[in-house]
Amino acid sequence: MQQKDIAALLDEPACTHNKKSKSGCAKPKPGASAGGCAFDGAQIALLPIVDVAHIVHGPIACAGSSWDNRGTRSSGPTLYRLGMTTDLSEQDVIMGRGEKRLFHSIKQAIETYDPPAVFVYNTCVPALVGDDVEAICKSAEQRWGVPIVSVDAAGFYGTKNLGNRIAGESMVKSVIGTREPEPVPESAYPEGVKKVYNVNLVGEYNIAGEFWHVLPLLDELGLRVLCTLAGDARFNEVQTMHRADVNMMVCSKAMINVARKLEDSFGTPWFEGSFYGISDTSKSLRDFARIIADPDLIERTEKLITREEARMKKELDAWRPRLQGKRVLLYTGGVKSWSVISQMQDLGMTVVATGTKKSTEEDKARIRELMGEETKMIDEGSPRALLDTMRDYKADILIAGGRNMYTALKARQPFLDINQEREFGYAGYQGMLELVRQLALTIESPVWEQLRRPAPWVGIERGTGKPLAAEG
Amino acid sequence: MAEIIKRKKAMSVSPLKSSQPVGAALAFLGINRTIPMLHGSQGCTAFGKVYFVRHFREPIPLQTTAMDQVSSVMGADDNVVEGLKTICEKSAPALIGLPTTGLSETQGSDIKMAVKMFRQKYPQYAPIKVIPVTTPDFTGSMESGYAAAVTAMIDELVPKVEEAGTKPGKRPRQVNVLTSSMLTPGDVEALKEIIGSFGLRPMVIPDISDSLDGHLTNDDFNPLTVGGTLVSEFTTLGDAVASISVGASLKKAANLLHERTAVPAYDFETLIGLDATDALIMALTEISGNPVPEKIERHRAQLEDAMVDTHFMIGHARIAIAADPDLLNSFSVFMTGMGAEVVTAITSSAAPILKHIPTEDVKIGDLEDLENIARQRSAQLLIGNSHCAAAAERMNVPLFHAGFPLYDQVGGYQRTWIGYRGARQALFDLANLLLQHGTHEIEAYRSIYSQRPEDMEARHVVNPAVTSNTLN
Repeated sequence: MQQKDIAALLDEPACTHNKKSKSGCAKPKPGASAGGCAFDGAQIALLPIVDVAHIVHGPIACAGSSWDNRGTRSSGPTLYRLGMTTDLSEQDVIMGRGEKRLFHSIKQAIETYDPPAVFVYNTCVPALVGDDVEAICKSAEQRWGVPIVSVDAAGFYGTKNLGNRIAGESMVKSVIGTREPEPVPESAYPEGVKKVYNVNLVGEYNIAGEFWHVLPLLDELGLRVLCTLAGDARFNEVQTMHRADVNMMVCSKAMINVARKLEDSFGTPWFEGSFYGISDTSKSLRDFARIIADPDLIERTEKLITREEARMKKELDAWRPRLQGKRVLLYTGGVKSWSVISQMQDLGMTVVATGTKKSTEEDKARIRELMGEETKMIDEGSPRALLDTMRDYKADILIAGGRNMYTALKARQPFLDINQEREFGYAGYQGMLELVRQLALTIESPVWEQLRRPAPWVGIERGTGKPLAAEG
Repeated sequence: MAEIIKRKKAMSVSPLKSSQPVGAALAFLGINRTIPMLHGSQGCTAFGKVYFVRHFREPIPLQTTAMDQVSSVMGADDNVVEGLKTICEKSAPALIGLPTTGLSETQGSDIKMAVKMFRQKYPQYAPIKVIPVTTPDFTGSMESGYAAAVTAMIDELVPKVEEAGTKPGKRPRQVNVLTSSMLTPGDVEALKEIIGSFGLRPMVIPDISDSLDGHLTNDDFNPLTVGGTLVSEFTTLGDAVASISVGASLKKAANLLHERTAVPAYDFETLIGLDATDALIMALTEISGNPVPEKIERHRAQLEDAMVDTHFMIGHARIAIAADPDLLNSFSVFMTGMGAEVVTAITSSAAPILKHIPTEDVKIGDLEDLENIARQRSAQLLIGNSHCAAAAERMNVPLFHAGFPLYDQVGGYQRTWIGYRGARQALFDLANLLLQHGTHEIEAYRSIYSQRPEDMEARHVVNPAVTSNTLN
């Protein structure tokens, strides 16, 4: 990928990060970086397309430690869970045999697994030695008649976020718009639905299967999901994404370029939303109806929201006394902090501080509005800083991504994982209930009390077994 | 305070309970050069033998007084005398255990009298100890039979202080250890190691870790136990610096030993888990006057970490346990300490400890009760013996093997629950079972508009237009 292409991706006009002081995606700082690389970002964005053969072209480090490592779930094909890599050897690199090996790898994948498409992820080493991955993909496609998509996202191109965009760019460039969706037969319409609209969800990864909490609601409203990019998606669904009536950018700016480009090319309106928390879920459903602007849909959406919110209120009331007054330290990455904050507050919990490393200025303003001017905002997510904040603000629990999980646990502090590796699904109304259950599970766990107590023999004089004399 | 629910059904279906004679036999099997002889019909022994052989996968020395029709009616004292003589003659054991059975007890046999007759008739076998113990199978369970045998051994073999001139602490490193039937050979071995690490010498009564740990010997066959507590050691118990008992069922035996010897007693109801093991370690520092070895501190820290890591899976887990009272109590305390809920507690027979078990109610019952109650209360995991496997399968929940008998796996007898390390491994295994069984997996939802082949198939709709995946 050329420097100017990377620059173009970084300069994403639709991204609010582009405004203000932070211009585009921040550069990683040597010696003090925790995030992933562009390859990482590209791979995690597309890997949830479950029927595709995902081949990582590079030596073993890229695929070897990352394959089958994500909580995304499939309702059918499981090809995506196979780790495929060219596993380049020293000889391949020296003798320039990488391209040949890639060509044969594609052949092997097609002959063994018969996938509807093959995605080839370029990585640092072949990018550096100059393998022409694009050309190999083209000739392989001609040779076997299977779509081969080159995802040129070598790690050194930039951050994980850039990788997400490269992934989105590849889809826009080579996949979306290559097939027309099947019409929905009227017999499939649920009761009371007069017209079914097509929607896409961009940046929804079906972590732990959580999207299955949301999909039934969309079905009920008469919103057919053409494609989720990329949770539980099929290649032939990605192909039809240009036909949506509206696109939703789910909870992240990672693939914002996809939404913008679909708008530019096909005029599809889009909005940003989230399915985390009750108010956000309701808001997202409303936004679909608002943009589609069908009065009947709007009315049915309101009815569904009223019903679900009433149900949730009843269910959550049982938990509220258990969580009331608990203090939360929130350190989120991709998930918007404020969306979780309002949810915690709704449960009677206090958010004492929040991480804002990835938040935009707009997000921060919103956080201040929700939590007051005094709010502690943590820009630096080092383990030390998190633990100190937890202690200083007497937080009962740290809610953060999996990377910080063992930091908190080692310090004998309750922790809730809301990152992509998590094992529980929190999306939608039903997911909120799961979140609450998990919060209570860890906060109320009797292990903390046992673990914070020192070993009973601490304070016993060594060698005598007698208690230490009280010190003045 | 658990409510004890007594047996109400006429019929016991899939019993949990094993008999008292079998329990007494097990206790005797922990004594070196010993053979238990059940005073009953041949079947009492034959079944008991198969029971142990399947569990331990070892040849088990077990004899019978072989009561027949005539002796059952006319009196079977001669069978006892005859049996004892035959064993003495053939195998010259150090000790013969003589548990009674339902048959001999109903008949009204005076087992002590029979032994006296044997002594009179065959004075040449005076050095061979014979321990009669009353263990009808119409009362109690394996656990109480075992405890009765331990009590009988102490009663018969431990001399009074004034007679023997023993003095507590004369052997400053010896610690007497009474172990309940809930301890596996693996447990006893671990316990000996822990005690040894404090510079103390454990004298275990009965030491099944030395006889039933599954080790090959140089002898090809031995009609007696190989390994176990030496009979001669019983006379040294009065010189020990302290006595430890594990399991509430041994309270009576422990009291008797204390009465006899005046050796300071430390009684533990359980040794599974952090708190329980802490209590043991504290007692050992007190007894030995030695500091806690670094290795043990490390094991404690490892358990702490395991508690943190596994509380996510085990916390809130709904657990059903079927076990004899001591083991039921140990696992209930252990599991509730991890934030799990013991929703079903089934035990074999009444015991004072039952009302202290941290659960709503304890049902004295069978594995049918286990299945019914566990199903009704939506248990997610069963803890119990191999007989529970069928129930677990029908309920589609995992089974965590513990207790007696374990015949559908190898090495069950060697599982170690006690101490920091035993608890740690148990936590890992429990958490893994819950993970593998995917108790928190969200069920895949298939959109009603979906035209994916597998979804169409699931809806029994023939897709009129199965499209190819090639690029247009």
